Amino acid sequence: MNLLEIIKSALRGITSNKLRSALTLLGVLIGVGSVILLTGVGNGSKQAVADSISSLGTNTLTIRSSGGSGVQVRSQSLTMDVVDKLSDSENAPNIAEVVPQLSSSETVASSITSSTATIVGTTSNYFAVTNSTVALGTKFTDYDVKRDAKVVVIGATLAETLYSTTDVVGDSITIDSVVYTIDGVLAVKDSAGTSDPNNSVIMPISRMQQSISGYGSLSTIVIQATDSDSISSAQSEATSVLMEAFKVTDSSDLGFTITSQTDLLTTLSSTTSTLTAMLAAVASISLVVGGIGVTNIMLVTVTERTREIGIRKALGATRFAILGQFLIEATVLSLLGGLLGVAVAYALSFFTIFGVQPVILLSSVFLAVGVSVGIGVFFGSYPANRAAAMRPVDALRHD
Amino acid sequence: MTMPVTASQPTTAVIDVQDIWKSYGEGEQQVHALRGVSLRVDEGDFVAIMGASGSGKSTLMNMLGCLDVQTSGSYHLDGVDVASLPDSKLSVLRNRKIGFIFQAFNLIPRMSAQSNVELPMLYAAVSRDERRQRARAALKLVGLADRAKHTPAELSGGQQQRVAVARSLVNAPALILADEPTGNLDSKATTDVLDIFQKVNDAGRTVVIITHENDVAARARRVVRMFDGEIISDERVLPVVATGDVAS
Ligand SMILES: Nc1ncnc2c1ncn2[C@@H]1O[C@H](COP(=O)(O)OP(=O)(O)OP(=O)(O)O)[C@@H](O)[C@H]1O
Ligand SMILES: [Mg+2]
Repeated sequence: MNLLEIIKSALRGITSNKLRSALTLLGVLIGVGSVILLTGVGNGSKQAVADSISSLGTNTLTIRSSGGSGVQVRSQSLTMDVVDKLSDSENAPNIAEVVPQLSSSETVASSITSSTATIVGTTSNYFAVTNSTVALGTKFTDYDVKRDAKVVVIGATLAETLYSTTDVVGDSITIDSVVYTIDGVLAVKDSAGTSDPNNSVIMPISRMQQSISGYGSLSTIVIQATDSDSISSAQSEATSVLMEAFKVTDSSDLGFTITSQTDLLTTLSSTTSTLTAMLAAVASISLVVGGIGVTNIMLVTVTERTREIGIRKALGATRFAILGQFLIEATVLSLLGGLLGVAVAYALSFFTIFGVQPVILLSSVFLAVGVSVGIGVFFGSYPANRAAAMRPVDALRHD
Repeated sequence: MTMPVTASQPTTAVIDVQDIWKSYGEGEQQVHALRGVSLRVDEGDFVAIMGASGSGKSTLMNMLGCLDVQTSGSYHLDGVDVASLPDSKLSVLRNRKIGFIFQAFNLIPRMSAQSNVELPMLYAAVSRDERRQRARAALKLVGLADRAKHTPAELSGGQQQRVAVARSLVNAPALILADEPTGNLDSKATTDVLDIFQKVNDAGRTVVIITHENDVAARARRVVRMFDGEIISDERVLPVVATGDVAS
């Protein structure tokens, strides 16, 4: 009896009770499908986080004053003086760009309506470093910064909110009773999670200091390394420049923090990994339940076909042949369920689930199908063994 | 027309049972289905086993067919001591040496007559083409060549039993064992099945058949009667034909 014939006879066994087999398949299908889809959701949210972090800019580090956080008591104030020191290519050869940033939340108004937006005061290199493309009009220039020009670039969402169109270049916008001219509108961009870049107003830092925030310390300084390999050198250069500027020697109490995208990515991805693991755990339970369904159905099948087993044994079926027949039947059943589960999960991955676009991991497909087949073999082996071990007389007496 | 048991040259004994006992249950409830049965059946014989209900005929047949294991005593099938064989070897032995026919037909439902007849060859690893061919020949022998595609449910009792006979013959076993093969059949169907047995036996196969019916037993060369787990009589009716070459 070759494998093909055993598989054929297994298929005949499966199709002989279609409804029952279909329900068993459904159990496995749900198990496999949910493992694949839910890990896809986890993976999708991880990718979304990664995408939004990369939207912060390429090869960038963010310097923050660590005021008030945790055990660190010191809090340094980031000033334009620090920005100048960091910009000095002799002190810090691996730092390509330094972008000072002031930010605050303000009410902004058009002639039609008003709204709340994040105001960012910065220099003209902000756009290149943070991958912010100006879709309409132009960005402001170094010259605008120098002369405290009342010009802004606004996000697309904000433009829609205030003017019901993004075609607003040249229009005016009022913030804190100062009127500004809109020079440009940003292209729509992924949110980094902290604040929505599409609902922001970018203006020259000098103007922001003068009209909105005053000349206090900066919110953040973003620095860009010369390339991706020099990020850690840039980070240590920045640290030593700042330590010198602030005259700090205790490296455990700096009063500022420098975080890289990778740091952020690690923190956030560890959170999403936990999420993925939890989703996978929940899904695995349904996979096991599906497996129990296979055992159940195989037990019923074996009982129902005891006489057939007796006949087959009388005609010369070895223990191994009977074992193989039922084991393959269980395997085919769970493999079919598994493959259908893959198909369903793949189809559902085109929809957003919990606000996440699932990204199916190939490894989860192999894992889930592998596990479902494993479960078929494992859970099917008990009933199959019972069938195989039956004495022909006893099996034949059964009715 | 009873004849003395022929003292002809001892051909190979297909069945050699020595003092077999079979007991069921323990203590008070213990039932001795077989109480020291000894039986020797030579190649080419046609034996009918008769006896009242509960006399142990089916139990003996299960022993002979290696479907069950005796409590004590020895059984050699075609010279092989069956008790010494493991389960897997017993399966192979049944497959190669024995063809079964049961009162309840025991065909596998949902499988065509053809597939049912092919089954013993499937376990004997016969190639597909040869299986087809041999199954068709066997069905033709029992007069059911035109019913090969039908499932048991689509066949009459007599036809089903003829399929079962075809199945028992298809691996060319040394021994055909039949437990009341005509018990569920009318006289026409009974005659059909017995004709096949006779044909097969004439060709040299050993046939052992359990029956209640005298006219069935009348076809046999030898009639063994059982009572309460023991053989009480053993009559030779016709001599055994020597297989292969014609006896001198
Ligand atoms: N599995 C069993 N457990 C207990 N007792 C059994 C079992 N099988 C058979 N017996 C007993 O063994 C005795 C012989 O049974 P067996 O089936 O061999 O009779 P039989 O001659 O074939 O009868 P019948 O002509 O009715 O088929 C009976 O008394 C029966 O009750
Ligand atoms: Mg009986």
